[in-house]
Amino acid sequence: MSAPLLQVEALNQRFGRIEACRDIDFVMHPGEVIGIVGESGSGKTTLLKCLAGRQVPTSGRVLYDMRVKGPTDLYALSEPERRLLMRTDLGYVTQNPRDALRMGISAGGNVGERLMVNGARHYGAIRDTASDWLERVELDPGRIDDRPATYSGGMQQRLQIAKTLVVNPRLVFMDEPTGGLDVSVQARLLDLLRGLVRELGLSAVIVTHDLAVARLLADRLMVMRRGEVVEQGLTDQVLDDPHHPYTQLLVSSVLQP
Amino acid sequence: MTPMIAVENLSKTFVLHLQGGARLPVFDHVSFEVGAGECLALVGPSGAGKSTLLRSLYGNYRPDGGSLSVRHDGAMVNLMTAEPRTVLALRRRSIGHVSQFLRVIPRVPTLDVVAEPAIALGEEPEAARRRAAAMLERLNIAPDLHALAPATFSGGEQQRVNVARGFLVDYPVLLLDEPTASLDNANRDIVVDLILEARGRGAAIVGIFHDEAVRARIADRNFDLTAFRAAA
Ligand SMILES: Nc1ncnc2c1ncn2[C@@H]1O[C@H](COP(=O)(O)OP(=O)(O)OP(=O)(O)O)[C@@H](O)[C@H]1O
Ligand SMILES: [Mg+2]
Repeated sequence: MSAPLLQVEALNQRFGRIEACRDIDFVMHPGEVIGIVGESGSGKTTLLKCLAGRQVPTSGRVLYDMRVKGPTDLYALSEPERRLLMRTDLGYVTQNPRDALRMGISAGGNVGERLMVNGARHYGAIRDTASDWLERVELDPGRIDDRPATYSGGMQQRLQIAKTLVVNPRLVFMDEPTGGLDVSVQARLLDLLRGLVRELGLSAVIVTHDLAVARLLADRLMVMRRGEVVEQGLTDQVLDDPHHPYTQLLVSSVLQP
Repeated sequence: MTPMIAVENLSKTFVLHLQGGARLPVFDHVSFEVGAGECLALVGPSGAGKSTLLRSLYGNYRPDGGSLSVRHDGAMVNLMTAEPRTVLALRRRSIGHVSQFLRVIPRVPTLDVVAEPAIALGEEPEAARRRAAAMLERLNIAPDLHALAPATFSGGEQQRVNVARGFLVDYPVLLLDEPTASLDNANRDIVVDLILEARGRGAAIVGIFHDEAVRARIADRNFDLTAFRAAA
């Protein structure tokens, strides 16, 4: 049996008097997709950033199974080591694609740039790979030279996903990847993500407040409330037979999760 | 008999926190075993907890006491203590489940809904889709429907899609919740044949069959849940 990809131990994050994450413990294995659900302000994004190497927790450890070193605390790495890891192994998709895309360079440039940062040099090959990825996320490769500013919100989100996945990250973090989009655009993006997760066997942690999204994408769920994980288990267990009062409230508040 | 399914002292109570913490005891001290090639029918009035027990056997509901094990890769695995990925592995390889109602995945064509469990087990997608098409045709789902998502299908059609999906892989354990309800006689007989074939190849089956004639043809034993209702 393979080693866990991620082990989170007694993770706490305080901001002054606010405890954004409290005593979070869990283990994630390669190929698992974990959903984090809960109301806004419950600490989902903070936890995601701590897991992704983007936010130093107040206490606790985030052990990532590095290719050579094995399980290593992300925050015990030197800054350059952690930056390298984040470029090669860890992908991060933000809710607002404009936070992650460079609006001044072309769509192809946004995707290709990630490859160059990781050492790719051959211009033609980079452009071909970028074009392939545009197609995989169902963007018209004919618009490879257009700037993302000319794309719709849904297209920008697809571009961000291409830019994230082009370097074959071993673990992808997504913060409300379908949030802020029209319902029909959301649905198509969800189909795309579902396809990619299966095809690539992605390991992913996905924050969403939409239980239907969690049902479609996640194997396992963690339910957060006021910085704590109040319930976790297989997605269908948590949604069909919720035990915690807060989870029962979440599930009963939607039409058909 | 080597058991394929072993249930011991199982109990389940729902606690409805949004309704003042109301406790809804469903069953208590349920024990039984099912061996290969055997079919156990769960009986009892509506609300007796038949579906609750079946869902527990799939790892979907979480009982609160006792144990519940299913044979997987040669060993008995307790679903109540297994890790999530182990439960998923059991569902992929060892346990087939035909639920009372098809839960449709939005926008996924019927053929893919049916072929998916076989593809997840590593079967070549085209081969799996060909077998899925044949299975759907056996269940009288016309080829023009295969490319459509089942969301708009009739109740009986959805149920047959659900049956096709559950029978495409030869699972060692099968859980069937009313697989013949809302089917006409001809289609009901086809489903009964599928179940008998599965039993014949050695599947251990736990099922809920309202139709007594169907039950008489398929089940070796009845398990009446009425006697296991726990006190509130
Ligand atoms: N997820 C749930 N949360 C709370 N209560 C539930 C849940 N699922 C089932 N119950 C309750 O458990 C009891 C048993 O229900 P179950 O569906 O198992 O009955 P059944 O024997 O399958 O009935 P039927 O023959 O009508 O299908 C019922 O009182 C039902 O309301
Ligand atoms: Mg029922």
